[in-house]
Order: sequence, then structure tokens, then C-alpha cells
Amino acid sequence: MSAPFSWIRPEPWGIHVVPADIWVDPSRAVPRALVTHGHADHARGGHGATIATPETLAIMQLRYNTSAGAAPAAYGESVSLGGGVTATFLPAGHVLGSAQILLEHAGERMIITGDYKRAPDPTCAPFAVTPCDIFITEATFGLPVFTHPPISDEISKLLKSLKDNPENCVLVGAYALGKAQRVIAELRAAGHHDTIWLHGAMEAMCRLYEEHGVALGDCRLVSDAPSKEAMRGSIVIAPPAALSDRWSRRLPDPITAMASGWMQVRGRARQRGVELPLVISDHADWNALTATILEVNPQETWITHGREEALLRWCQLNQRRARALALVGYEDEDD
Amino acid sequence: MEEFAALLDALVYTTSRNRKLALIASYLRAAPDPDRGWALAGLTGGLDFPAVKSSTIRNLMMERVDPVLWTLSRDFVGDTAETASLLWPAPEDAAPQDDLPLADVVARLASLTRASAPKELPLLFDRMDARGRYALIKLATGGMRVGVSARLAKTAFAQAFDVAVEEVEEYWHALAPPYTELFDWAAKGGPAPDLANVPRFRPFMLAHPLEDGEVDLADYAAEWKWDGIRVQLARTGGVTRVYSRSGDDISATFPELLGALPIDAVLDGELLVRGSAQGGEAGGAASFNALQQRLGRKTVSGKMLKDYPAFVRLYDVLLLDGTDWREHPWKLRRATLEGLMPRLPQTHFDLSALVEAEDFAQLAAIRDTARDEAIEGLMLKHRTSPYVAGRKVGHWFKWKRDPLLIDCVLMYAQRGSGKRSSFYSDYTFGCWDGDPDAGAELLPVGKAYSGFTDAELKMIDKFVRQNTLNRFGPVREVVRQLVFEVAFDSVHTSKRHKSGLAMRFPRIHRIRWDKPAHEADRIEGLRALVKD
Repeated sequence: MSAPFSWIRPEPWGIHVVPADIWVDPSRAVPRALVTHGHADHARGGHGATIATPETLAIMQLRYNTSAGAAPAAYGESVSLGGGVTATFLPAGHVLGSAQILLEHAGERMIITGDYKRAPDPTCAPFAVTPCDIFITEATFGLPVFTHPPISDEISKLLKSLKDNPENCVLVGAYALGKAQRVIAELRAAGHHDTIWLHGAMEAMCRLYEEHGVALGDCRLVSDAPSKEAMRGSIVIAPPAALSDRWSRRLPDPITAMASGWMQVRGRARQRGVELPLVISDHADWNALTATILEVNPQETWITHGREEALLRWCQLNQRRARALALVGYEDEDD
Repeated sequence: MEEFAALLDALVYTTSRNRKLALIASYLRAAPDPDRGWALAGLTGGLDFPAVKSSTIRNLMMERVDPVLWTLSRDFVGDTAETASLLWPAPEDAAPQDDLPLADVVARLASLTRASAPKELPLLFDRMDARGRYALIKLATGGMRVGVSARLAKTAFAQAFDVAVEEVEEYWHALAPPYTELFDWAAKGGPAPDLANVPRFRPFMLAHPLEDGEVDLADYAAEWKWDGIRVQLARTGGVTRVYSRSGDDISATFPELLGALPIDAVLDGELLVRGSAQGGEAGGAASFNALQQRLGRKTVSGKMLKDYPAFVRLYDVLLLDGTDWREHPWKLRRATLEGLMPRLPQTHFDLSALVEAEDFAQLAAIRDTARDEAIEGLMLKHRTSPYVAGRKVGHWFKWKRDPLLIDCVLMYAQRGSGKRSSFYSDYTFGCWDGDPDAGAELLPVGKAYSGFTDAELKMIDKFVRQNTLNRFGPVREVVRQLVFEVAFDSVHTSKRHKSGLAMRFPRIHRIRWDKPAHEADRIEGLRALVKD
């Protein structure tokens, strides 16, 4: 009999499920891949076959135009991968279609969370706490300084700035997949029904969200605005890279905001020239990471991309077996 | 306190100078006395609470948070105050407490002792949120780093109450926080502060760098730009004060000067230490390295006074015998200064000599010798220029000698602070201690964190991350591969580096992505440039 969990091998470019010869979120093209969600550092094009949720596959097709070998797996549906391994996709609460992947082999259960959060999000299904032996967790915000406030606080801050500055517009930098749609949906939920102006890079993804039942209200493209004046007193949403780009010159006296978990650290906001930091994250903060480990209560926790050292230390202090995986290719995305 | 914390936070996220001015001005108009005076002092570094140091805060945290988690957090955030404000374990069921007026917070901080601080500070932390704690720690430990210079704060004050900034500046340094008389005058229409018998700071006249052009020596006089610190000596009613360029009172650091000025006057000059490094025996001044032994001390030992005797090399006269000379042309002030010299003790004063040249070309040749003389360069002053605050174009130019250049290899990179907290932006570089092809090693010779563009910073940051050999907290040791052309003003012997050398003002001049590391310079080449 082989050693426990010898069927899973973390390699620098992804997690290899050996008996099925399939990779989870590999950072290079492989014959067969399981993909947790559509963000570029997890979902790359060029795999021979890709198993993911239908939403993630739709996002991948939109972004990389790869539909070849797409094999959808709905939440809760178990897929046999071969070699005696089955995979079940479970909601991760990160973005539309995001999943944790439960792998089972010879009675051993392992969960790979991908990216996840525990805070409520009207644009995707909530994280499902599921028992397992080994829990492979992300650690993007794995430092105790990260305690993200409720999103309603941050949406109020945004609406207040909008109200206080009728002669400006508020330009919100938000990741084009997930963050932008969540901010819009939360603004609508807070009773803001004015036109929201979008950078061109947001359009297709917003449409995809609407097709999947996430209502975003009256959104229009900045390039379709009849005049600069039409956007005064409005919210404009653009990818973070566009904040300091020449593109923003077409806006009426923008106040630069950014919706990101990093905004909790002043230096990060200043570095990007952000005047209105909105601490809105699609990742679990420190309290959620640690609470989730306690809730899932695995025998062992493996920690990937992010601030592994601190979460590892926490596990140590709480007498939990843990190890850090050195995976490459995952970035501190513009969460 | 909440209003002050909100101001501080808003300033953090504001880069535009005008918006900063507007924020401070609107705070100053709205806040009550004496809170606004304390706020002003806090913003400009005018408060000192000796019982609270950065280490006090760190120790408080270490008792409450796992040291490893603290260190990892501090390294990531890049700021002790901010990290502590976020990690402070606030009592969960605490009843909301009233906001403390800033003046009360200041009074509490001032009453702390080393012994009482660890017990009293937590009581203050507990009643605030993270933003309040951040402001409190910044206030207590100094160094706001929100891009508010004393000059900006004075301008904001002038804007808030529609008064002249020059007047604000003159009164400001003669008064102590919370500047009650200053607010009475500006905000409440009271009489101007009576400063007739108080020595006070007058804003310095500053110079523009001479970029490429030439000046006509018929219009401009030349002087050496001595390598010390610019000071203003002000004596009024028999009391002498020494002010630094920023208007800080540094009298306590240089007590030997306080009794040296025999008449009421305000004089501008360079503070130096006796020696022969600058301009040889005739120059009579030691290198900046020697002066550095004297800087930043609150008390000075007799040995210090004897080993590093300070004196002032005079550049200009602002006030003398009751006459304000600032409106008068430079040549008249110069004649007045020359006439004054016999009345001053030679032990503590001399005159910055004029550098005579036939024409600009000859002056340029003389400037080229500045390196051998270990002097910073030349000053060019328009003969008719009045003494005016700040930098007015065309009056004074500084014409520094060209920097020295050397090729070094990047060895270690450290994450920056504040804006650069996610970038490896502080670089330690070295030179070879022999022939690199015969097994020589690199020895660190200096550290630099400027001279590159934001785009270059990103590229170096990427290089560091991809070529890491070892990690030591916020520091990464990198593969010896990347060559920096480093510019520096001078190099001195130093015990702090293994190489025995330390550079002055090193900055990254060029990044030599093209140059192989073994072609970088050797230690002996750098040592040959020492002029101590």
C-alpha cells in the first residue's frame, strides 16, 4: 500500500493528480486540466481537455476563445477522472462559477479551494464548507492585518464621495472579472440606479454575468457617452490598469477609487495613486481563512499562493499540521 | 481626535498639493483651539514625546501578538504605526467612548514616562478604531510621512486665514505649540504676535541648479558651495538661536555658537567642523563625515566639542544693528558682511571667500578642481539680488561638480516603505575585492533607493523576485548578475561596511542590463577616490 496522499503531487506549476494524469490550475498547457475559476492566473488556454463549471468554461471561452476539450461539471456533480479518482466541484464564493475541487481516491479526500471568500456576494454561489482530510487553501490575504470590512461600509463610502463631489466623477478600478460585477450589483442593492459607465474591457464580462442571471441595471460604455459632461456626478468602472492610463483623460475630473482587498494598506493605495480606497475583496481575509480551517477541520492543511508563512505559523500555533506549497505563476492579482 | 485622524487619513491618499492645502486649511478653519494648534505641530514634526518610541509600540504588540506574525505583518505593511493600528486586539465588548479632544490626547502623551507608557497607551488604543490608533501612534512617535512639509503647512495656514505666508513663517518659529498667539492673530483678528525681543527664524533664500546655461560674471559672483549644513544664526536681545534650513531650532546641538555672536544680528552661513579635508589647510573645514558626528545630538559632551569644533562660514547678512538688509542688493549685503567680520571672533566665524575668475570658462575650470578640494561645487549669486524667501529664478544658482560614477553589482534588495511597500526598492551593491575571474568576492560598498524611474523600479523588482538566492525577512539576496552604474558625490572611510568605504549620496545612475557582473569595478578603484 502506498503512503497516504501519494497520488497527489504538488509541482511548481500546478497540482498533479497522478493516477488520472490530470492537473489542477496548471500554469502551463497540459493534456488534461481541472480549473477552479476563470481568473487568468488559474485558467490558462491551450490545455487538451478542461474540466470546470459551465460558468468558468463560458468565461474561459470568452477570454481565451478556447472551447476545445471543454467538459462541464456542475456544482455537486461527481466526475470520474480515471485511475480511481473522482472530482466534485463545490461553490467557492470567489467569482461567478468559482469552485473548490474535492478529489477522492481510495477513501482519501482532498479539497483544493482555488480562490475563495466567505463574505456574501450577490453574483455567485456561497462557499460550501465540506469535510476533507487534506485542505489546500489559498492565502492571498494570509496576514492578520487583513480584516476586510463589510462591503456595505465601502459602498456607502463610494456613494458618499459621489454625493459630496457632484462636479467630479468617481473612477473605480475593479478587476474585470468578478469584482466589477459585484460592485455594480452591490451598488444596485444599495439603491443606486443611475447609469454606471464602463470601460470597454468590462463590457463582454458584464454581459456574460447578465446572461447568467446577475442583473446589473443601466450600464453603458464610456466610449458611447454623448459628452464628457454626461458622466459628471457618475460612477465609472475600469480595470485597475486603466486608472493611470491616458484613457482616463476622457473623464470629467475623476476621483480615483479602487476596489481591492489591498486597499487596507495605505502604502498600496498610495503606490497606485488611489484617493478613495475601497476595501472590497473577493478573497478570504485572515479571520475567514483561519475560521474556515477550523470549520473544515482537516487532518492537514496545505497552503498555496499568497502569504503562506503567516498562515503556516498560525497553524503551528494552533497545533494543526500544515505545509506550504511553492507553486509558481499565481500572482497577487488586482483583487 | 477623530477629526485629526480623518485629516491625516485624507492627506495620506491625496497627492495633489492643492488638495492637501485645501484639506489642511479647511481643518484649521473648523477645528477648535487649541486642538488645531496641536494638529499643526503634529503635522510639521513640532511635537516630541520622549516616552513613546517606535520600540515602545513594538513591545506593546509583542506582548499581545505572536512575534512571528507581527514581523511578517510589519514587513508587508512597511510601517510600524499602521501595522500596530491594524493588529491591536481591541476589546470586543467595549462600550463606545466619547471622542477625546486632540489637546487631551497631547496632554496625556506628554505626561507619559517610560514606565507609565506601557500601561497608559493601551487605554488610549482601546478607545479608538484602527484609523484613530494610526493617528495616535504617528502623533506620539513623530514622522507623519504624509507629504506635508513645514512649508506646505504654513502655506495652508496662510490660505485658511488669508494672511501672508512670509509673516506666518516669521512668527511660527518664534512661538511654541499650540501657537495660540498665531491663531489669535490670524483667525481672530487679534494683534500680531509681539516678537521684538525674541530671536526668530527668517526663511532662507535658496538656489536653483544651474543646468546647462552660462551666466555672465559681470552680473554674478561665485562662491564655493561648502559641504556642511546651512544654518541661520539669530541673536535678538542678547539671546542667540541656531536654525537649520527647515527652521528647526538646533541651538542645543551647537552650544559653542550660542555665546559666540557678540551683537544682535541674523546671519546666514554654512556650519562646518574645523579640519583640512575641504580646500586643504586654507579651506580650514573637515569633511561632512566629521560634521556628521555632531548632528542630531540633544546633548553634547566636552570631548565632542573638543574633537569636532564647529564654526560658521558666513554667506550673508539679513539683519544687523537694527537694520533689515534683506531688501538691499547682494553686493551691499556682502560689503556689510565684510565690514562686520572684524567684530566677530575668528574662533567661531569666518567669511566664505569669493571665487575670482576672468570669465565663465575659467570658472568652469576652477569648478573642476572642486573634486580635489572635496567641496560640493560653486554658488553663483546675482550681484543685485535681494534676500528673498525660497527659490526665485535668476537670483542664485548652485553649480555642483559632476558626480563620480562606478559600476557595482546588486547584492541585496529590500522592500521599501510607504508607497513602495510592495517593491524591492532599496538596493545594496558591491564591488569586487580583487580579480573576479580569479575567485574575488563582492563586498558591499553602498545602498541606494533613488535615481530610477517607476518603470525601471518595476523591472528591477521583477529581476529581484526571479533571481532570489535567500530571504531574510524583507531582504532578498540576489544572484550576482545585475550591474548598476552608481553616481555619488564622494566616498569616505567607514567602519560600517566590510569594504571600509561609504559613499555620499549614492543613487542609481543607469541600469546596465547589458554589462556582465565580472566587468564591474573593484574596491581598490573606489578607495583611490577617498578624500578624507
